[in-house]
Amino acid sequence: MVDFFVSTFGMSPTVAAILAAGIQCALLLNVVAVGALVFIWMERKIAGRIQDRLGPTRVGGRFGWLQTLADGIKLIAKEDLTPADADALLFKLAPYISFAASFTAYMALPFSDGWVAVHVNAGVFFILAVLGLEVFGTILAGYASGSKWSLFGAIREAAQVVSYEVPLGLCVVVPVMICGTMDLVAIANMQSAGIWSWLIFHDPFTFCIFWIYFTCAMASVNRAPFDLAEAESELVAGFHTEYSGLRWSFFFMAEYGSMFLVSGLAVILFFGGWNGPLAIMSDKIIGVIPGLGLAGQPNAWGFIAGCVGAANFIMKATIGVTVMIWVRWTLPRLRIDQVMTMCLKYCVPLAAACFLGAVFVKAEIFGLGYLSVDAWLPGLRSDRLEVREGWMTEVEGEGVTLSTEKTLVHGDG
Amino acid sequence: MATNLEDPRIIEFDVRTDEMLVNMGPQHPSTHGVLRLVLRTDGEVISEVTPHLGYLHRCAEKIGENLTPRQWIPYTDRMDYLAAMNMNLGWSLVVEKLLDHELSDKAKHLRVIISELGRIASHLVGMGAYGLDLGTFSPFLYAFRERERILDLFEEVCGARLTYSYLTPGGATADLPTGWVDKVEAFLRQLEPIISDYHELLTTNAIFIKRTAGIGIMSAEMAIDYGCSGPVLRGSGVDYDLRRDGEERYTEMYDGYAYEVVVEKDGHYPQDRNYPKVPREAVLGDCWHRFYVRMLEVMQAMDLVEQGIEKYKSASGDWGVPIKLTQRLPKGDVYLETEAPRGQMGFYLVSDGSAIPWRVRARSSCFCNLSVTSELCPGCLIADVPAIVGSLDIVMGEIDR
Amino acid sequence: MSGESVLERLQKQFGDAITGANLDAIDPWIEVASTAIEEVCRYLKADNELQLDYLNCITGVDYFHSDPKKLQKMGEEPHTLLVYHLSSTAKKHTLVLKVRLPRWKDDREGDLPELPSVTSIWRTADWHEREVYDLSGVWFVGHPDLRRILCPEDWVGYPLRRDYEMPLEYHGIRGR
Repeated sequence: MVDFFVSTFGMSPTVAAILAAGIQCALLLNVVAVGALVFIWMERKIAGRIQDRLGPTRVGGRFGWLQTLADGIKLIAKEDLTPADADALLFKLAPYISFAASFTAYMALPFSDGWVAVHVNAGVFFILAVLGLEVFGTILAGYASGSKWSLFGAIREAAQVVSYEVPLGLCVVVPVMICGTMDLVAIANMQSAGIWSWLIFHDPFTFCIFWIYFTCAMASVNRAPFDLAEAESELVAGFHTEYSGLRWSFFFMAEYGSMFLVSGLAVILFFGGWNGPLAIMSDKIIGVIPGLGLAGQPNAWGFIAGCVGAANFIMKATIGVTVMIWVRWTLPRLRIDQVMTMCLKYCVPLAAACFLGAVFVKAEIFGLGYLSVDAWLPGLRSDRLEVREGWMTEVEGEGVTLSTEKTLVHGDG
Repeated sequence: MATNLEDPRIIEFDVRTDEMLVNMGPQHPSTHGVLRLVLRTDGEVISEVTPHLGYLHRCAEKIGENLTPRQWIPYTDRMDYLAAMNMNLGWSLVVEKLLDHELSDKAKHLRVIISELGRIASHLVGMGAYGLDLGTFSPFLYAFRERERILDLFEEVCGARLTYSYLTPGGATADLPTGWVDKVEAFLRQLEPIISDYHELLTTNAIFIKRTAGIGIMSAEMAIDYGCSGPVLRGSGVDYDLRRDGEERYTEMYDGYAYEVVVEKDGHYPQDRNYPKVPREAVLGDCWHRFYVRMLEVMQAMDLVEQGIEKYKSASGDWGVPIKLTQRLPKGDVYLETEAPRGQMGFYLVSDGSAIPWRVRARSSCFCNLSVTSELCPGCLIADVPAIVGSLDIVMGEIDR
Repeated sequence: MSGESVLERLQKQFGDAITGANLDAIDPWIEVASTAIEEVCRYLKADNELQLDYLNCITGVDYFHSDPKKLQKMGEEPHTLLVYHLSSTAKKHTLVLKVRLPRWKDDREGDLPELPSVTSIWRTADWHEREVYDLSGVWFVGHPDLRRILCPEDWVGYPLRRDYEMPLEYHGIRGR
């Protein structure tokens, strides 16, 4: 985008970079905020259906689709309370930290081929690391509230999130290892050859590891049955007991933001990202028509392909969020020791075992290579290598050669 | 209770930190009203629980000393407001016992139908609220959906949905409306398949079992020692149900009814239907068993209502005309306990010969059931406190009176 | 086991401590001296044929009238009566014990009448005795934690006593 501003309007690179950053931030902020609105509405509707009720029906005409907005206005109008015992500064700061962490992670989340605010080579790593920071907001909130229930919630959250980072990291390493890159765009592009190229179907171990990833992801974003930090029947409301109004809603935006983020990550790592189950947008099908360029190219066709990809990606990630909502309204809550047991005794060993299995498959040790889809569809492997090499070339020598057909074009130019 | 290091209930005594006093309630979401528990905790582990009562104390006994027995009926409604019919029944029987008032067969069957329907409604709330305590919201609404139907039926009978004042010394305020029993039968037919949903969502749910099995284990001796009753007592394996073992004035209501007391015998429950099996982790007397007894009692109560309807249709006599509002009571004192959904609800009436009792006393089942928390909770985690208190299925209105 | 034989056994065992009985009442009862209540209860629970292992209820009944005329008409000396309802989960029978206490210890108004606690026999007696203490004003000697249970801890008076008067004001809340 910087290049675009520089070349079209002749701006200085600094101004162009600031302008581009501003636009990207505004767009992403809308994604998070509007996303939260939609997901909260969705949660209400789905919960309603699960529980034999209707959910919101009136606000905004039909289906109560503006209910969340109405609630948002109510929350803004509410008194912003700070308890007398609270550490006022930290108490006020905590929701923003939570939200900022969740929001920053979006910076590195690609929505379509090249549609990413900041193209980080180690995108997987960045997202996991930043998402982990969200816990600081929670701990601060619990500590600064000056309430014992909040403190309990915060300590639980700290213990839980820190523990679940371990299996979560192990799970994420598997697709990274198969693809040989931490670049989210490259990982997704390696799965562009249709549903059989999606990493979840790569081999039996990736199939298992997806479910472990999803469990751990639910735990790390504090969704039921792992919502111990805000367990309402035990801790009143956990870490946000003392919050009211807009500050309180920031925690919720952060929660729903993180939910979408982890399911988006799952989509990229396991479900082909923005690539559909049939590779319609690839150069092998539509790309052969003369005049139509490749998806990801900076032309009109590339933009349309990008939009389709983004829609695809958002839809898949929304399915992930829906599953989380569905689980929440069905299952009882686990106890703190059971949550920890589940992490340390089941998730970590299972993830480790699957990781080991995936290593064997990848390295074709013990003849396990035949478990991989790549072994049966040789074309896939060369495709993947091609994508990876494209990335390598670009990293190794800037300006050395950009003539490779599959050069990636990045949103930040 | 002091904590000592040898106490096996304290799990982490080598990483002892400062203890903390936490106040749970009276405005806490899972204390079923206005119970206040003061928890002494070491991290998440509880070392001492002190219940504090009285936030809902309305001096019902004192009021009873100023009203005639029939006037006091609405106050019994407000004790266990989730099973008001059973409260009415308990007080009515005591007054009838003092007056030596005999009921017709029809009135007795009417009372069985009504009180067992009340039991179903009450256990449904107990079940749903227990799910809520464990963090699952949906079964609560499923339970309330069915309870609403019972409330509709009760509304048709007496005009009220919560505080009925329907069963009265002498019988009931009115006969059952025409066609009402058919509606009850339709309701039962509709309820029966839904019970398996509840079992799927709660009883056999893996997380539910993990949260309840082996938690809050109460031995039979302890249950008797603490005066526990109802499902709490039977969940500990004590074969005691006042509908069978109580006083004749009460048990004769159930003469001719075929039912088995829901209690574990030789490792299994009376199996006349396809109940889910007891999971391996469950220990007799734990939260899971208390919950399970309640679930089975719903089925048992459904059976009893069905039989009651059959008998009611062919029974002779009237529905039991209430005694006069200002009926003089003979001098004397009587005590009678009935098997209310939450346990043995007893009423004691002392009369000096006037129309107004000299002293009225309500023996609350939840009061005794709750007293066991301070014994069950030490050593468990904070999350187990709602699980244990919820499994006792308390109603504060009855405890505080 | 019939009422007569229980009475006989108790009289044989405790002699004078059994101060009266009425076996023709609707609920037959046996009256026990206040000092002996603990031993009698221990015996009733331990005895193989009685096995009264379940304490249903403890009730305090106050016999008094603040109006002297009505007090005379009542036909009874002013006293506090404690009623213990016992039953057996194994033998399925019940028993009623009554204990007669003065309204005030040594007739000094304000000094609560005393009797031994039965908490060591049935633990459920803990809360029942607290309730009787709270509402009827009887002091149970040997109770581990005798505090008010239903009324607030700083409440004055014993509401179920016949001469109780609601306080005019409690922490700024109007009483009457």
